[in-house]
Amino acid sequence: MVCHRCKKREATVHLTEIIHGEKCEKHLCEQCAAEDGIALKQPQLNELLANFVKSQTSAAEIANITCQACGMTFAEFRSGGLLGCPYDYDAFDKALTPLIKRAHENGAQHVGKVPQRAGIAQERQHELMRARRELAAAVEREDYELAAKLRDQIKNLEKA
Amino acid sequence: MTIDELTRNRSAWLRADMPMADIVISSRIRLARNVAGFPFLARADHVQRREIYRLLRDSIDRAHVADDLTFIDLEGIDEMDRQVLVERHLISKQHAEAEGSRAVAFSKEETVSLMINEEDHLRMQVLRSGLQMDECWGVISRIDNAIEQFIDFAYHTRFGYLTACPTNVGTGIRVSAMLHLPALKLTGEMERAFRAAKDMHLAIRGLHGEGTEATGDLFQISNQTTLGKSEEEIISEFKHLIIPKLVEYERRARQALMRERITALDDKIWRAYGLLMHARTISTEEALFLLSHVRMGVSLGRVDKMKLETLNDLFLMIQPAHLQKLASKRLNGEERSIARADLIRKRLSGVNPN
Repeated sequence: MVCHRCKKREATVHLTEIIHGEKCEKHLCEQCAAEDGIALKQPQLNELLANFVKSQTSAAEIANITCQACGMTFAEFRSGGLLGCPYDYDAFDKALTPLIKRAHENGAQHVGKVPQRAGIAQERQHELMRARRELAAAVEREDYELAAKLRDQIKNLEKA
Repeated sequence: MTIDELTRNRSAWLRADMPMADIVISSRIRLARNVAGFPFLARADHVQRREIYRLLRDSIDRAHVADDLTFIDLEGIDEMDRQVLVERHLISKQHAEAEGSRAVAFSKEETVSLMINEEDHLRMQVLRSGLQMDECWGVISRIDNAIEQFIDFAYHTRFGYLTACPTNVGTGIRVSAMLHLPALKLTGEMERAFRAAKDMHLAIRGLHGEGTEATGDLFQISNQTTLGKSEEEIISEFKHLIIPKLVEYERRARQALMRERITALDDKIWRAYGLLMHARTISTEEALFLLSHVRMGVSLGRVDKMKLETLNDLFLMIQPAHLQKLASKRLNGEERSIARADLIRKRLSGVNPN
């Protein structure tokens, strides 16, 4: 199709406008379209590619973040929707905070109820979880000596 | 209390003597908590799951949450009994269908229910009839404090109470109200009300919460934001802003129907009544649909000598597991439809339950 304006070049820009309720079709070549003030977005291909690669690497990096306490990766959380353990909130902090903000009208700081009893420190919660995980593994292996040691450790941590 | 006794019980939250009870059937607040030092359930093996169960059960016992608490191990009962608990809103559908050690403890009046190993280690809920948000909060917060004397919950200074799903983190609170909105449906204004609700960051679900259809014009409205606002703020918004607004929409729609389409309205109500009084077989969907119209008729004074409570109760009793419990035997779909029609006829003509 020939451009409606210059009637020379091939029309590559096709527009449908509604003017006074009448449908009106326009077929223009790129040059005439530009002169008509119709901006054509022409991003540079290499720029696009660079952005794509950049977003892919960072997405891959984020997906691979792994919680040291429970072994869950961020990718696993994304596919299942549920976190693996309390410590994930710290392990995934960077990736998770934007999601949390979106879900809570931008809220990112707890302002509600605080446990009455000053709960055990987060650090110790983490340690407790590690000890319990090791205990389960020890029992599985029938390593009762280690299991006994771990049990004592857990008791002490719970008491502290 | 056994499950069989339960089905003969009348849930206290179905009473209809509370403010706005014509539209607000019930109020519910639940809190999500996890035991510190354990993984969430997605990563807990069966040993850890049992240990969480044991610790929580022990803490609940020691906390004396209520004198009349019934404790039910969900692995120890069959599918039908679990379904009864779902129909009575004592456990969630997910909790019923999950696997591994899990349990529920509930009070005799069925206003308190504590779910162990649901999506989070502990989900506590308080249900009340009508609009009673402050009462729900008072009770649930006391229970939370009492249990917390004996166990540490996972807590973070920035993120608050930590939950398996980040959409519940912070307060872990879900405030919801079950609303009966037949007039908005009839006048085609539901969409507008829904859009308003979405703008206020609310979720709207069916009778049994997440993933269920809104049948019988019953809708569950709940908050979605749990972080960055205090429990009191969330509750107050609900009580003073959100619910009154939706109630007002519904009232206005009802008044418009009374003013402009009274014959059509009466026709709808009495046709529903006629069908319910004479049907010999009826599906849950049809029954809920018709009961909804009769309930509106009672609220508007078009049908007299009938109590809202009778209808609230029927919404519960006509569900599959309850019908089978009443019949004391398994019923297939066809048999249930007959039993349902029988029960409705009896109850609507004033035959006493039990």
